[in-house]
Amino acid sequence: MSSFDIHVHHVTRVEGHGNVLVNATDGRLEEVRWEVVESPRLFEAMLRGRHYSDVQHIASRICGICSIAHSTASLHASEAALGVSVSEQTRLLRRLLFNAEILESHVLHAYCLAAPDFFGVGSVIPLIDTHKEVVVRAMTLKRLAYRIAELLAGRKTHPISCIVGGFAKLPDLEKLAEVGDALVDALDDFDATVELFKTIAVPDFERETEYVALKDPDGYAFTSGDIASSDAGIVPIDEYRSVANEFCVPHSTAKYTRNKREAYQVGALARFNLNHEQLLPRAQEAAVELGLKAPCHNPFKITVAQVVEAVHAAEDSIRLIDRLLETGVQEEPEVTEIRPGRGVGAVEAPRGTLFHEYSYDEDGILTDANCVIPTNQNHNNIQHDMEALVPAILGRPQDEIRRTLEMLVRAYDPCISCSTHLLQVRFIK
Amino acid sequence: MKPKVAFFDFTCCEGCQLDTLNIEGQDLVDLVSAVDIVEFREVLTGRADRYDIAFVEGSISRESEIPRLKEIRERADIVIELGACAHIGGVNCLKNHLAMDEALEIVYGDDAGDYDTIPARPIHAVIPVDYCVPGCPINTAELLRIVKELLLGKTPELPNYPVCVECKMAGNVCVFELGRSCLGPVTRAGCNAICVTAGRHCWGCRGLVDDPNIDSQKDVLEKYGLTVDQVVEKFKIYNTYTEVAR
Repeated sequence: MSSFDIHVHHVTRVEGHGNVLVNATDGRLEEVRWEVVESPRLFEAMLRGRHYSDVQHIASRICGICSIAHSTASLHASEAALGVSVSEQTRLLRRLLFNAEILESHVLHAYCLAAPDFFGVGSVIPLIDTHKEVVVRAMTLKRLAYRIAELLAGRKTHPISCIVGGFAKLPDLEKLAEVGDALVDALDDFDATVELFKTIAVPDFERETEYVALKDPDGYAFTSGDIASSDAGIVPIDEYRSVANEFCVPHSTAKYTRNKREAYQVGALARFNLNHEQLLPRAQEAAVELGLKAPCHNPFKITVAQVVEAVHAAEDSIRLIDRLLETGVQEEPEVTEIRPGRGVGAVEAPRGTLFHEYSYDEDGILTDANCVIPTNQNHNNIQHDMEALVPAILGRPQDEIRRTLEMLVRAYDPCISCSTHLLQVRFIK
Repeated sequence: MKPKVAFFDFTCCEGCQLDTLNIEGQDLVDLVSAVDIVEFREVLTGRADRYDIAFVEGSISRESEIPRLKEIRERADIVIELGACAHIGGVNCLKNHLAMDEALEIVYGDDAGDYDTIPARPIHAVIPVDYCVPGCPINTAELLRIVKELLLGKTPELPNYPVCVECKMAGNVCVFELGRSCLGPVTRAGCNAICVTAGRHCWGCRGLVDDPNIDSQKDVLEKYGLTVDQVVEKFKIYNTYTEVAR
């Protein structure tokens, strides 16, 4: 029997830095470890002492890929703490802005980061020569998401116009109508995306775990709702600490979490498992086409759930734009009155449930911040998936083990830069 | 031989790298066909020994990053700082206002002892660099221009006038006229005053112009009844490192 160590240092095509370590002796698994090695960012310390009008701006910089999610969670937390309420118009505009990020992030992950594994290439770049129409479609859909965000918030990466209380600038309705038309035109591209991912086979592996996501009786939740768990039912977002239970582990700069069992999963598949009945009709059809059925316990299918959610986000955006065009948008007064206090904001970032909790003093200066990041909540689950997966594939060639583990980590679409407070596979020799 | 281009990241949000993927359709295809992208961990699996151009995103904020950065310098003909974290330290330097053990304790509690962290610094504070692409995030049109100029053998230059110039051209009402403070008068242009156009003020993410007219900025503040302290608090968000160095 063979003895080997596998060490993948800084797993590629993920956001941030993480390692995978596998140590086997005589065909027996000694150790498999998921290590998060991203530099500590210390945002919670950096936010202290800042005025509420600067907090979203800084909190957005936690992550370049899900900056709209961090901005939205940050604004919700500030508003809850400061006693600021927002209008229905702001809620709709924020949901549309959020959809843009779900769309962009899922398209980026499914096409550019995960798909190269299925085509057997190292990146999306060689696909420009071999599968040009696929790359052009991905870029077109990404560009469309950027357009929505640019119209609503000035830009996609680190949105500008979203502020405590609403928006510093409202979108031009003519341009909003143009983006709505472009989304309708893009529905064919979403159909083609579903067709593409139908042809892709994912490894056959199942491990049931606890699934956690926000849930809102009014619709498939991204920017609203309470915390739902497949094991524990509903918990209000103010009690998020009782779900996340963060703890530090020595080999990781990211904190880990656990709730009712050894680990839980957040993200597109958790949301699908908990909220699939609320998907809009085209997304429901896409799930059927893609053969995704709840409950699904195969983490490799997170990417498939992302494709379904991208369809949902496009469909929901078309509806939101129609509604905004019907009602028009009105200028709203700036926030003038605030109170000191503590507040929690929660959203479903592309990678899962994201919590920001802030406390402010009477001058609107932040005195304490805590952020619980989706990828952090998945680290522990990735570790347990690896422990279940590796013994089953230990007899396979090392390259295949390495590739399968990298694909597993990538399926979670880990966003490691924001989780530190992620990816190398080290095969030890 | 097409020039070998690599992307590296240190302490940052990786938003600038991601925005390079948002260079519009044909421009991105042209760029990818004009250069050979040999390392870009976030998007591709692959490694190389030498680079004609190395883009470095992020600040240096722990000891273990320093040897990795020095190795990149040794392998690269041209090193370009990508984005505010690399160029001026950016938001990462906000932690420099705290003692490192204090910052770690706030985030990690009793387990704080295990982590390697040092005051954050821009890339040129650790290795010599050749050029920079400023901004948080970068302006992709500016990145594309700089790469084109380098490929044509030109020396890329950045605008050396303040954001106010572009802000006027964009037709914005002056933020000071609205009773708020703004860092536009001292900040290097090149962003088309995007933040003011989107309804906010300039945060200074592109760093200072070469000779910022501080006296004139003070006059502006006085005229609008604002204090230097109010502006310094805003200035610290991106320019803590510059402020300490001055």
